[in-house]
Amino acid sequence: MSLLDIKNLKTYFHTRAGTTRAVDDVSFSIDKGEIVGVVGESGSGKSVTCHTLLGLLPQPPAKVEGGSVTFDGNDLLDLPSPLLRAIRGKRISMIFQDPMSCLNPYLTILDQVAEPILTHEDVTKDQAEGRAIEMMKKVGIRDAEKRARSYPHEFSGGMRQRAMIAMALVTNPDLILADEPTTALDVTVQARILRVLRDLRDDLGVGVIFVSHDLGVIAEVADRVVVMYKGKVVEQGSVESIFENPSHPYVKGLLACRPTFETKFRILPTVDDFLQTEEAPDGSLGLYERPDAEARLAELKRQIDTGGNPKESGQNESFLKVKDLRVHFTSGGGLLSKPHETVKAVDGVDLSISKGQTLGLVGESGCGKTTIGRAILRLVKLTAGSVVYDETNLADLPPSELLPYRKRMQIIFQDPYASLNPRLTIEQALIEPMKVHGLEPNRSARRDKVVELLEEVGLSVDHLLRYPHEFSGGQRQRLCVARSLAVEPEFLVCDECVSAMDVSVQAQVLNLLRELQEKRNLTYLFISHDLSVVKFMSDEIAVMRQGRIEEFGTATDIYENPQSDYTRELLDAVPRADF
Amino acid sequence: MNAADNSHAHGKPGNSLWSDAYLRLRKNRLALASFWFVMLMLTLCFVAAWFCPNPDKIDLENKFAGSSVSHLLGTDQLGRDIFARTLFGGQISLLVGFVATTLAIGIGVVIGAASGYAGGRTDAVLMRGVDTLFAIPFLVVVIVLQVVIAEQTKDASGWVVDNWGWDKKLTSRIANIIPLFIALGLFGWLTLARIVRAQVLSLKEQEFVEAAKALGYSRFRILFRHIIPNTLGPTVVYATLTVPGFIMYEATLSYLGLGVEAPNSSWGILIRDGANFLETEPQLLIIPGLFFSLTLLALNFLGDGLRDALDVKAAKD
Repeated sequence: MSLLDIKNLKTYFHTRAGTTRAVDDVSFSIDKGEIVGVVGESGSGKSVTCHTLLGLLPQPPAKVEGGSVTFDGNDLLDLPSPLLRAIRGKRISMIFQDPMSCLNPYLTILDQVAEPILTHEDVTKDQAEGRAIEMMKKVGIRDAEKRARSYPHEFSGGMRQRAMIAMALVTNPDLILADEPTTALDVTVQARILRVLRDLRDDLGVGVIFVSHDLGVIAEVADRVVVMYKGKVVEQGSVESIFENPSHPYVKGLLACRPTFETKFRILPTVDDFLQTEEAPDGSLGLYERPDAEARLAELKRQIDTGGNPKESGQNESFLKVKDLRVHFTSGGGLLSKPHETVKAVDGVDLSISKGQTLGLVGESGCGKTTIGRAILRLVKLTAGSVVYDETNLADLPPSELLPYRKRMQIIFQDPYASLNPRLTIEQALIEPMKVHGLEPNRSARRDKVVELLEEVGLSVDHLLRYPHEFSGGQRQRLCVARSLAVEPEFLVCDECVSAMDVSVQAQVLNLLRELQEKRNLTYLFISHDLSVVKFMSDEIAVMRQGRIEEFGTATDIYENPQSDYTRELLDAVPRADF
Repeated sequence: MNAADNSHAHGKPGNSLWSDAYLRLRKNRLALASFWFVMLMLTLCFVAAWFCPNPDKIDLENKFAGSSVSHLLGTDQLGRDIFARTLFGGQISLLVGFVATTLAIGIGVVIGAASGYAGGRTDAVLMRGVDTLFAIPFLVVVIVLQVVIAEQTKDASGWVVDNWGWDKKLTSRIANIIPLFIALGLFGWLTLARIVRAQVLSLKEQEFVEAAKALGYSRFRILFRHIIPNTLGPTVVYATLTVPGFIMYEATLSYLGLGVEAPNSSWGILIRDGANFLETEPQLLIIPGLFFSLTLLALNFLGDGLRDALDVKAAKD
């Protein structure tokens, strides 16, 4: 008998806007000592499934409309809440996504790891703390005795996630629900956490439901995979069969649209190349394979062969040269006191980009890559160094003379939700830059230009009068691109501009950036933490670490023949699907 | 874009912030009714001179008269018409409420936004200034002002009557409350500046503000077009709460004899006077009290409605 058996689970959200079928007839099961990966894009219902199991959803608006969740002979959905509470945290525990906000900042790590034992078992505080420290050692927190009495802010992100895992495991549960447990972490830390989880599965025989949007992580950690799409399970099976031989068109698309180290496509396939969605009158979705999917894929593959290396790398004179750039931030200080702390975000960086090329900038969080992008555009104050753009040193220009350069260089940000003013319609947002720079002679010419821009980024004219919140994340990022293009720039900084997106949307935006680069001969500085995406986009790559450039070279050199240990470690840490 | 993506986009196209807000406000019946109630009250009070008997005319023969054709809601202890006194008193109360609130919003939003956006030294200096003003007792300022500028306001009102030909009575009534305006204007914006500053501090970190900088927009444009409109929600709610607040202030000050001088009246004065006859002639308290509280209630509903209406994310239909 399996450890947990989910049968025909249905969770709907009833709101004023209508009913959303977040989980719609989902069935799967998990055995002892097994890691089941639940993978899907945002809105696929994977997290809602997890939360439904433990009754953690706010009801209303959520309502379980049917199905059963059998655990140890009981249906969790029917269990009265005192009994459910006895299971929650004792026999089934949960690891959440964000280790920053899931630990109480006012309690020590030890207090929090020991708390589940004290809640569920009749033991003394000393015994509980002893077991907590034992478990912290097991999940790889070094010097656990000494560090146990630290507060969460004194732990790094990876250590905090380990503490969370220790907290989940300390009561010897049979099942762990891990909801995107490594999404907020750097790749090297993520690799270590995944190893910890697998070892614990082997040693303790716990079952793990591992929810993630990241196919690479799922391939690396899971034994079996459940793929969800719009509330339904579209395919499930062993990890090899899903990754090597997917049968559902959505899964095929999902696997193909994700750039990997091996990707040779120039234009990425998208889910739309494989999947056709038809909405039935009753609101349910029919998913079909596109009849021309094979042909489309073949066409994309043909472009690799004929395309070769389309960019002339002949223009070797650099277009943007950064020399010994330093950006230091000071914190603290008030009216009378001096600032007391200095953070060297960027500490002596040299870079150069040739016209029409893409320089990829990779590194883990806090390495200073974002600050470099902002420093080049003079959005942060430079402490020292020069940024020579087309033979002018921007670092020396007074703010009043920057305006012509603002037109030539633009930036696209990570969070498409925050980078559009919620109070301006799309038309207003796109016309404004032209007005400020005095482009186009009059209102109607500007309007025509806006329509042209929208079409260029793949949106239509009827979006003109809408507000940003009426668009999906991918559409908003297109709008941000359109706004940047409104001033006809020649250089774009893409700052983690696809990091917040689902892979299928990411592929579309990457393709758009590619297309625009070829059409307009744009130069990109492509900043990302995702090594596969950077490899796909870049001609040259700079690897950053702690405010400095660790390694600089052509994309192929960096990935095939890394020189520094750090680069090698980064590359090894990227989860992959090779069996 | 595929069909699934498009299904995300709903709602009707909009024009400007305010016309959209009006469309949304129209859906909120309570807020709309409140809006018209406030409008009605304003009109009634300010055109009272056309149809009401003289509110200051004393008729000792006719004390505490019941309602009749000549005195719609009866008379008070000096035989003055209660309805007329309430409406004329409303002029002062509403004037204080709305003018002082406008002043407070104007100063508070600009100083709060400038302080939050500039940051650093400017912020520190401005906010310490706010702290200092907070520390000065309000009542003392009003008393001092009353004494110091009493002469000047009298001269100014005389000048206005002579040169612009304003009605003498109206002018003296307004001149009477000028110290109050100045005092409320000086102090009313402090809390709002704090609120707006806190909002701006978080807004200026948003990427759309950074995008605006990268696009070369001027600071003025960023502040007034991209940041301040996004602080409107809390500002409007706070403003509708301050209107009744200021009316109460005026009432309190008048009660202490520091506000409007007799024979002029305001809602605050009428309520104070009415309280003296609570046991025998309760209508003296109830009638102005009812005008006062209904207006405040309507303003609160209107404020809530406006906050929702100004939220672009709310559906228009």
